[in-house]
Amino acid sequence: MKAINRRRLQSAAVIIGFFLLWELICVVFHVKEIVLPRPSQILTTLWLQAPAIWPHTVQTLYTTLVGFGLGILTGVFLGVLIGSSRLAYDVGYPLLIGFSSIPKVAVVPIFVLWFGAGTVPAVLTAMIMSMFPIVVNVATGLATTEPELEDVMKALRATKLDILTNVGLPRAMPYFFASLKVSVTLAFVGTVIAETVASNRGIGNLMMIASSSFDVPLVFAGLLVLAVLGVGLYAIFSVIEGRVIGWAKRKDDFALG
Amino acid sequence: MTGENDPFVQLQQVTLTYGQGEKTVAALGETNLKIGKGDFVALVGPSGCGKSTILKLVTGLITASSGWVFVAGREVGAEPVRVGMAFQNPTMLPWLSIRDNVMLPLKIVPPFRQQFRAKRKTEFRDRADALLKQVGLAGFGDKFPWQLSGGMLQRASLCRALIHDPQLLMLDEPFGALDQFTREELWAIMQDLWMTRRPTVLLVTHDLKEAGYLANRVCVMRARPGRIVEDCHVDLPRPRTIEMTYEPGFVSLTQRLRELIVSARAPDAAKTEVPA
Repeated sequence: MKAINRRRLQSAAVIIGFFLLWELICVVFHVKEIVLPRPSQILTTLWLQAPAIWPHTVQTLYTTLVGFGLGILTGVFLGVLIGSSRLAYDVGYPLLIGFSSIPKVAVVPIFVLWFGAGTVPAVLTAMIMSMFPIVVNVATGLATTEPELEDVMKALRATKLDILTNVGLPRAMPYFFASLKVSVTLAFVGTVIAETVASNRGIGNLMMIASSSFDVPLVFAGLLVLAVLGVGLYAIFSVIEGRVIGWAKRKDDFALG
Repeated sequence: MTGENDPFVQLQQVTLTYGQGEKTVAALGETNLKIGKGDFVALVGPSGCGKSTILKLVTGLITASSGWVFVAGREVGAEPVRVGMAFQNPTMLPWLSIRDNVMLPLKIVPPFRQQFRAKRKTEFRDRADALLKQVGLAGFGDKFPWQLSGGMLQRASLCRALIHDPQLLMLDEPFGALDQFTREELWAIMQDLWMTRRPTVLLVTHDLKEAGYLANRVCVMRARPGRIVEDCHVDLPRPRTIEMTYEPGFVSLTQRLRELIVSARAPDAAKTEVPA
């Protein structure tokens, strides 16, 4: 237990040290606020402007979570399809890679054209950005099932669905959770991109307006909010991951539970 | 004992070739084999002689290129025969406890699958625990696969192959990756399981001592194309003991099997082309 505490203390010290160094460099080299604000200035702005920032934060979090949720649903569906069917794999993979190579900023105007400015394009952008890693990982997890295990199941006359639910999907879980941690941050990126381009609410929009009025500390405050949200969601999914797939990490507390 | 007049498994002029056109490779030449109900047959031979191919044909995992495979009097796949399988690799599912791994077939195979929800915490659980106890894994049901040694996993794998009372048990070198002592211990357990449950067993192995100890019949195979060249009966009383494997009768049997395999290989080594 002591070793764990010490490790936590060390990592906390490094993170705080990073911000102190930042502060110090800004003071020593007289960096102007408009170029790079000091962390203390950012925190002050965050505190003073909190009532104004808060609705934007809620909006961004809401958009991201809805988009991410849809991304998980479609991602898992497509991943299962591609991972379990040879034909879907051959057809789906090139399409998917082509699609994911498109810069998402370019897609936002199309969404705006279809659905109008506001929440919907942001949700869709978050969805398509978070979807790709999920599809690839779920498909990989399914496609790498041991052939001998499949033989055991087939000899038992298991249906394709039996094999999928009893072997394929549990096996793909570690891959799925690994992709969730990447995807949740990508969902934030998607939301903010769409908000920046076409929305009148959300952190992305707030940062746009702040930068056009050269309120750089507010821009950084927005970035800080995004970072905190991202880390928070990442942490939540890490905890869920530990609970669900402790077997993959050979956790003893999973075995006892 | 052999029941050849009323075979449970029958291969009739079965061949298997891979590939098409000029690139065909004959994995299995014309093969005939009859296995009586409740018999214990071992297939021995060099690697690549089609031992595992016969196993897969009998379980219906692959289809013969020509000829017929009958199981329980009908063509393979027509009759819902309960089959258990165990491989060299125990292939336990790492996210399930040992008990849940052993109970997996009950979740899949009718008539158990319909009752699985209702009985998994009562009757089926006791059934798995009883089987685990029989192979010396009492108290390990709640452990996870990574917490057990290779030998223990292989015992669990045998339990999984037997939990649904299979009529047909397919063993593909299940003791191949184990050390000598664990192997001999598992032979005794396997014999015990077979004698109490009497499934029809087809064992693939390259260990002649293992084949002689466990099986009623040992079929010697040769490679390219794979075929059965000799069918020996092992007339030793049961239960057999490890000590028996050192007696002159047993030693001469394994020596004879060895010679058959070596002589089957000798002409084969000179040939480079696969006969069409």
